[in-house]
Amino acid sequence: MLARTADNLYWLSRYVERAESLARILDVALRLATLPSAYAGTSNEWESAIDIAVCRDAFFRHYDVANQANVTQFIIAGPDNPSSIRACIEVARQNARAVRTAITTEMWEILNDAWNEMQRLRFQSFTSKDLTKFLAFVREVSLRFDGAAYRTMLRTDHYWFQRLGMLIERADTTARLLDVKYHVVLPETEPVGGGLDYFQWSALLRAVSALNSFHLIYRGGIKPWLVADFLILKPEQPRSLISSYETLNRVLDLLAERYGRQGPSQRLARQTYSQLQNMDIDTLFQTGLHEFLEQFIADNNRLGLAINDQYLQ
Amino acid sequence: MANQLVFDEMGGVEGDPRQIYAEVAHWFRQASPDLIANRKAEAEAFFRRIGITFAVYGDEQGAERIIPFDILPRILSSGEWARLSEGLEQRVRALNAFIGDVYGAREIVRAGIVPEDLILSNPAFRPEMTRIKPASGLYTHIAGVDLVRTGPDEFYVLEDNARTPSGVSYMMENREAMLRLFPELFGKLRIKPVDQYPDELLTTLRSVAPSSASREPTVVVMTPGPFNSAYYEHSFLADRMGVELVEGRDLFVRSNVVYMRTTEGPQRVDVIYRRVDDEFLDPLAFRPDSTLGVPGLMSAYKAGNVTISNAVGTGVADDKAVYSYMPEIVKFYTGKEAILSNVPTWRCREPEALAHVLAHIGDLVVKEVNGSGGYGMLVGPHATKAQRESFAAKVRNNPSNYIAQPTLALSTVPCYVEEGLAPRHVDLRPFVLSGADKVRIVPGGLTRVALKKGSLVVNSSQGGGTKDTWVIEDGPPRASQSQSQKAGA
Repeated sequence: MLARTADNLYWLSRYVERAESLARILDVALRLATLPSAYAGTSNEWESAIDIAVCRDAFFRHYDVANQANVTQFIIAGPDNPSSIRACIEVARQNARAVRTAITTEMWEILNDAWNEMQRLRFQSFTSKDLTKFLAFVREVSLRFDGAAYRTMLRTDHYWFQRLGMLIERADTTARLLDVKYHVVLPETEPVGGGLDYFQWSALLRAVSALNSFHLIYRGGIKPWLVADFLILKPEQPRSLISSYETLNRVLDLLAERYGRQGPSQRLARQTYSQLQNMDIDTLFQTGLHEFLEQFIADNNRLGLAINDQYLQ
Repeated sequence: MANQLVFDEMGGVEGDPRQIYAEVAHWFRQASPDLIANRKAEAEAFFRRIGITFAVYGDEQGAERIIPFDILPRILSSGEWARLSEGLEQRVRALNAFIGDVYGAREIVRAGIVPEDLILSNPAFRPEMTRIKPASGLYTHIAGVDLVRTGPDEFYVLEDNARTPSGVSYMMENREAMLRLFPELFGKLRIKPVDQYPDELLTTLRSVAPSSASREPTVVVMTPGPFNSAYYEHSFLADRMGVELVEGRDLFVRSNVVYMRTTEGPQRVDVIYRRVDDEFLDPLAFRPDSTLGVPGLMSAYKAGNVTISNAVGTGVADDKAVYSYMPEIVKFYTGKEAILSNVPTWRCREPEALAHVLAHIGDLVVKEVNGSGGYGMLVGPHATKAQRESFAAKVRNNPSNYIAQPTLALSTVPCYVEEGLAPRHVDLRPFVLSGADKVRIVPGGLTRVALKKGSLVVNSSQGGGTKDTWVIEDGPPRASQSQSQKAGA
């Protein structure tokens, strides 16, 4: 396969995944912002939203306050935000257009439809209802795109590069989400208890579509360390870091097998994966959740660069 | 000439339809306006959905536009097609022989048929090609021959496209749309399929691979990139052939062999179906500022390690001055009279012809010999006095750059326009594939239609649209049902 095609496929799915993550981040922020002000306390949901979306600097270049109107506008279609939802869909489509031959008609049509819809929408005049509908639409685009890829693509390197992009992006989002919210999941905060915490934890799970599945796995109430355990170390949870790395490893092995050559990407992915396998949540909290997540995000980025060097140019 | 009687291929909007259109005319006449509107909307949605678009140069707004598609098909009988197809094959064989001769012994010049300066002064003439012998002696593997019709049996070649003819993706997508819109008509009529085109193209391209290629030669489609007006088609063809769509930067040349950069390292490329113009192919040989090309490609070509398709320098055969010699060219190389007629053409480079053209400019179509896309031409009867005068001045300044033809009464086919069903002028571009083994032509081609009333310009960049083209078997009808067990058996 052309290296450029692999590059397009990889970024195409990264951007679709990113659009979905941004929609989820806004969803959660909206939900938390509906809390009675008595609970709202110290944390500003809209500030954490821009932190998770990694656009703090760009945001404050344009706005003074992180409130609902400003943050949603910026994340959805901020004119100078290269990672807005609109920009993600646009870049994804550009990549898709450049590799029309490498993706299936179904995948192309979903992106092309989404892009046409984006052209039509007037983000400036969005009501709250429009907003909720729009966020659901973005999540649906990503779901449909992923489903189309899963159901229609040949299982060749095309498919594997598409998966790699999605998985690297997904691991990054889950890690950032946890990192920004890590003070909430720290065990020490448990005694504070009460509605606020519960609401925050459940919102965090909701952000990764994992609220119901959490209950299925743990059976008990939501405990902060269990939330961390679920999103970092549970292979059953498809958005957990370990699950992303399990699949990353498998996909990279398939590539290595097909091309008859191992490289730095395979080594890095294996390292991170075995690190996650050998970890339990208590040690993780002892050594520091924040430090762990920072290290993870850096390692994940390094893997992204290694994939780029090894295959995409 | 504007009052000449125009031949409508269906037999008019109202009158008795010609036999071959009977079924279609019946369907469209009994259909309610709502049903028609409905099918039109469906077609529009189909094209938007698959993203078949083209870009118009110099139009920022319409970065991606859809070519208007008319749902009433254009129909030819298999008898008519057989004659056309024979004529096309003859003409393209002659074109290939001519190009080989131009870059070889130039016997046609020595025979006094085509003047040498017409070849040497042609901007598309590539001196490099006199030292390069493409595989099987073929140059234009994919040719598009534009045909027009003026009566039941009168077809003319309007121009030959021997460089990089485009539009074949529309031929295929139009058919795809029609299959969805009118399954009932496809059930009744024996319409020859066109969807084998990509297979035939791939077979053709593989057949002209260099002798040093492996048994399964690697073919790629080379595009200038997503911003090119025909990008959709480039990716469409690569997709349907199952080959890589490359840009110049994906290829490199080492020791006179062309490779593409893949996820597994360099892979050898044997045949490049390039949709990039000659002068952008190799910055070392042609335009040094080109970023679309591949440095060293021409030396790999010269070394016989890669086939460039169409060959470099084929433009020497499709300019409009050479066109005027085509009847003689066909006769010279095939030994037979040309089956397809040329439109009578005045070559302004000849003083007598120039005088005639200038005197009758109001009745003629005057074209630049190297123009295309409907640019750089004057349609005399439709031009204002001022336009005629300024064009005449240009012709007087540089006569060899122009030819002129009578305005033909181009045939029409009814189209759905704002005011309903109305006749509109059409042309036809069949695609002729020349491989080492044989010539292949998919029945039909791209029918282009001038959607503006009375207009003769069918180019998509100038408000033209397209129709699906049906070649219908006009023999006895086929059984309308599959056989079934007889009652009581």
